[in-house]
Amino acid sequence: MLDVVRQILLRDLRLAFRRWSEMATPLIFFVIIASLFPLAASPDEAQLRSTGAAVIWMSALLSSLLALDGLFRADSEDGSMEQLILGPAPLGLVVFAKIVAHWAVSGVPLLVLAPLAALSFYLPLTALPELIAALALATPTLSVLAAIGAALTVSLRAGGTIIGLLILPLTGPVLIFGTRATELAALGEPVAGPLYLLASVAVLAVSLGPPITAAAVRTALE
Amino acid sequence: MNAVPMRSRLWRAFHQLGSPPYVYRLAGRLAPWLGVASCVLLAVGAFWGLVLAPPDYLQGNSFRIIYIHVPSAYLSMGGYVLMAVAAGIGYIWRMKLAHGVAVCVAPLGAWFTALALVTGGIWGKPTWGTYWEWGDARLMFELLLLFLYIGYMVLRMSFDEREKADRVSALLAVVGVVNVPIIHYSVEWWTTLHQGPTLIREGGPSITMDMLIPLLIMLAGFSLFFGWLLCKRLQGEILRRERRTRWVQNLAVEAAA
Repeated sequence: MLDVVRQILLRDLRLAFRRWSEMATPLIFFVIIASLFPLAASPDEAQLRSTGAAVIWMSALLSSLLALDGLFRADSEDGSMEQLILGPAPLGLVVFAKIVAHWAVSGVPLLVLAPLAALSFYLPLTALPELIAALALATPTLSVLAAIGAALTVSLRAGGTIIGLLILPLTGPVLIFGTRATELAALGEPVAGPLYLLASVAVLAVSLGPPITAAAVRTALE
Repeated sequence: MNAVPMRSRLWRAFHQLGSPPYVYRLAGRLAPWLGVASCVLLAVGAFWGLVLAPPDYLQGNSFRIIYIHVPSAYLSMGGYVLMAVAAGIGYIWRMKLAHGVAVCVAPLGAWFTALALVTGGIWGKPTWGTYWEWGDARLMFELLLLFLYIGYMVLRMSFDEREKADRVSALLAVVGVVNVPIIHYSVEWWTTLHQGPTLIREGGPSITMDMLIPLLIMLAGFSLFFGWLLCKRLQGEILRRERRTRWVQNLAVEAAA
């Protein structure tokens, strides 16, 4: 069982690193959005500090949306997704492994990039561990939602454009608790509350997401 | 001795609900009753609520919009749950009619969601001093509910095959259900502008009888109105789905004769 997860994970990671430009695009997108924002708002230090958390979280959300189109599309176009569906391994586990791989190449780099962006928005250094913790708890949920959206639209030719419409309304709780944790951390207040809530949302998403995604992939390709 | 025929009768009723001509006729027979009853209830409730009920000691007459706002907000969430349950039944038991119900509920639910948002804004202006408050969780999640309805409809439209649209969009409807409890409890979890629950709360409703009775009448009237529209839409949806079958063609011949 776990061998299946390991194999799929390694395969997807290898594919991602071979097509590194696809992997890097959402991250560069994240950096660009975060750096364009002060141009649109105002570069004033006080204002940047107050909007910084929101900008970082919105950029993370948008860049995680950008990363997801390839999650099942390439595999379903070359037929390997059908093989995985027909294969003996439970599809839920296969999908779980693919979500983990997606998270590793889109969520984990954000944990490194976001603190840099946060510093440029004058977020205090002491708030960085909390920001990283909040992102570490939030990005798995975002990856699961991305997987659901990618699976629902995998058989559509122009799937990428409507994924946002399907998935963004569901990201509300993550956004609320994530920005709340970051703002509290910036003020030096305890952040355990929103972090626990983010963790519980992540547990819910990671446990219920793979079977739903598997059902969606199976339905879309049947 | 009695249990076996009872059970088989239930089974028959269940199977009949999967039969398009039966449901078409059932909806056709229910619709006029629902229509008349909802019109009577809405007229009585509106007159009682808007004229007879006393003004609120704090909000004066502006509170009277609850007779529109609360029923539409309740139907926006109830409609979503109905849509998701119907879509789930359709997905699990491959019941095409259940998908048909979900399809019919979606635009109705979306309209009631929009109505709840608009009436909430109109009520918010004299009461809170603003039409819209971005910081209020219930407002936000109600708006997200509207987006979920729209997403469901857009996802359906982007498939060419009806069966695939049915099955894929059903999964989205089921996933979106997580939003409904969030909306219901949002006023308890985040206390900002929107007031707490009035009807479904510990210790019973926090509203005087003179205001409560017309509200309940309006709730019933709105629900029956929803049911009426649903019956009419369902009839249309069944005809559209079954247009190539013999019974629909016979129906068309009869109507033309």
